[in-house]
Amino acid sequence: MSDLAIAAPHRRAAGTGEAMAAWALTLPAAIAYLLMLLLPTLATAALAFTDYELGLDGFRWIGLGNFAEMLEDRGFLQSLRNTLVYVGLVTPGSIIGALLLALAIEAGTRGRTLFRAVFFLPVVSLSVAMAAAWQYLLHPTIGPLNAALRVIGIEGPAWLSSSDTVLLSLAAIGIWENLGFNLVLFLAGLTAIPRELYAAAAVDGVPSAWERFRLVTWPLLGPTTLFVLTITMIRSVRVFDTVVVLTQGGPNKASQVLLYTLYEEGFTYFRIGYSAAITLVFLGIVLASMWLQTKVLDKRVHYA
Amino acid sequence: MAGISLTSVTKSFGGNTVLHGVSLDIAAGEFVALVGPSGCGKTTLMRIVAGIEQASSGTLRIQGRDATSLRAGERDVAMVFQSYALYPHLTVAENIAVPLAMRRLNAWQRLPLLGGLMPGARATRRRIAGEVAAAAESLGLGALLDRRPAQLSGGQRQRVALARAMVRRPAAFLMDEPLSNLDASLRVQTRREIVAIHRRAGAATLYVTHDQSEALTMADRVAVMQGGRILQVAPPREIYADPADLRVATFIGSPRINLLPGEAGRDGLVRVGDRLIGLRCAARGPLTLGIRPEAFVLAAEGLPARAEAVEFLGESVLLHTRHEASGSPLVLRLPPEAAGRLPASGAALHLGFAPGAALLFDQDGARRRAEAVVAREPALV
Ligand SMILES: Nc1ncnc2c1ncn2[C@@H]1O[C@H](COP(=O)(O)OP(=O)(O)OP(=O)(O)O)[C@@H](O)[C@H]1O
Ligand SMILES: [Mg+2]
Repeated sequence: MSDLAIAAPHRRAAGTGEAMAAWALTLPAAIAYLLMLLLPTLATAALAFTDYELGLDGFRWIGLGNFAEMLEDRGFLQSLRNTLVYVGLVTPGSIIGALLLALAIEAGTRGRTLFRAVFFLPVVSLSVAMAAAWQYLLHPTIGPLNAALRVIGIEGPAWLSSSDTVLLSLAAIGIWENLGFNLVLFLAGLTAIPRELYAAAAVDGVPSAWERFRLVTWPLLGPTTLFVLTITMIRSVRVFDTVVVLTQGGPNKASQVLLYTLYEEGFTYFRIGYSAAITLVFLGIVLASMWLQTKVLDKRVHYA
Repeated sequence: MAGISLTSVTKSFGGNTVLHGVSLDIAAGEFVALVGPSGCGKTTLMRIVAGIEQASSGTLRIQGRDATSLRAGERDVAMVFQSYALYPHLTVAENIAVPLAMRRLNAWQRLPLLGGLMPGARATRRRIAGEVAAAAESLGLGALLDRRPAQLSGGQRQRVALARAMVRRPAAFLMDEPLSNLDASLRVQTRREIVAIHRRAGAATLYVTHDQSEALTMADRVAVMQGGRILQVAPPREIYADPADLRVATFIGSPRINLLPGEAGRDGLVRVGDRLIGLRCAARGPLTLGIRPEAFVLAAEGLPARAEAVEFLGESVLLHTRHEASGSPLVLRLPPEAAGRLPASGAALHLGFAPGAALLFDQDGARRRAEAVVAREPALV
């Protein structure tokens, strides 16, 4: 008993010492976080309510002025619409494509590692460098794609310089970029499904591969699919480098996307306040989609 | 008519042969327990019967029909998996309904919302729901129909798996260690429930376990398997008291049967060391005697042994001794009242047994029959 009485305060002293040490050790990381993430974010949020422009002294608080301007700004609205179309194409395209590929690879007996490596390549390659390759592939006159189309008698469009096809082309590149990553996630998700469930389904008389997919694979893949959906949406809302390298938002703003507008406003026209406001909108879209997915879908894919 | 009938079934994975020609007949309505050490091929055999795995050779008949190459869903067997294998996203009712829905509804009728509009779908679904409710009720799951598996206890999950298996009244019932995930008291209770279900359903049942007390208490017959071969199939009493093989004798019974080296002389009389034990057998040469722990008694005369340790088990006491001449460990099971007056460790004592209680095995482990003889020298006990 006396042992305890002596030991307790002792331990408490040791506890505070430990806590101090813990704080001291996290300090560098905490300072870095503060300086490099939190403060810039707060500064951006604050700037969004000013008319600050780089090079001019001083700024005014203009409240929601920037946001009001956005509603009138055809360029911004166009980029918002383009981004949504891009996300609307890339997300289902790369998810369904990756799922089908994953199922095919999983069903096959050989070549798992090979296929995984092949399809993962775009993820680890530099997208700026790969964009150059795409520029060549899609070139209207010397590109292999149109050359192939000519063979079967079709005159291919100018993929990246016609306002009808540019967004489609960028979306195709986006699908190609996201496919491998999603594929690897789906493959991991598939291996995590207990084999016994498939055995149980067989004994229960599941008549076809499709029914097996519906009864076992799809529901048990739910958490993976939700994660893939979230990641893909965020990655595709952020589309930027292919646009910079291939189209600069052209022709005639047909491939203007949110981040590219943000970049132009901030770094070409130096309208920092306006660009900060666009950043907030961008952040809002990302957070809203994440919130929606976790709130609405999470309950439906976790069965605990 | 046989419920399940296996003839010379073999199975190899790559070059590794797991089943070496297994033949087993389970009559309609019979309960056969398959026991054996881990890795001997029990699950593999069961998966072959279920149609999850294909036999490398041999034939399988279910209710007289050749089922060797039928798909799992066409075999009219149901299986309870060791991990239960419940569909985690479906409720208890939906889980139990799966085997019925898969068989009675067509692809269109099974579609989520649209399915209900298909002609006949509603009536069939209503009938399925009725049967599901009845099956669930009979297993005490009536209040849990809307829960998901994750919200159930282990015992409840196990009963859902049972209900899913029995709901469509299969010709054959397969269970792979269905109780191994339950705690001891629940296991004993569920044992009885399973036997009762079996009685009611009357399907040929193959029950895999490596708990021999489960096998002995539940089954009509016990099949002992080792290294991919079935060594003996017999009613529990016979498996225990009259094993056909040394491996069966040592596998069944806890503590393990005592083994003593012996020898049949040219006259056929069996000796341990130079003692006659009152048995004559047709074989000649070295033998192994198997004597169950409860067949030994402490006697004034008999096999000389030295006491080593005492274990009190509650309903009985185990006395561990060592045979003086051969050094074999010998265990006695004695009534608990004996606990107070057991010899101290290291004490010399004599072990007696009735001649009929000794089982003889030749050097290959095959059983050798023997007859009791009135020995000229005084027999032990
Ligand atoms: N798909 C497989 N591929 C290769 N070997 C396998 C496969 N399935 C089982 N085996 C092998 O077959 C042998 C028997 O396995 P099985 O699962 O039938 O044993 P078991 O008697 O059920 O054991 P336990 O009591 O541990 O469940 C084991 O040696 C195992 O390694
Ligand atoms: Mg097993």
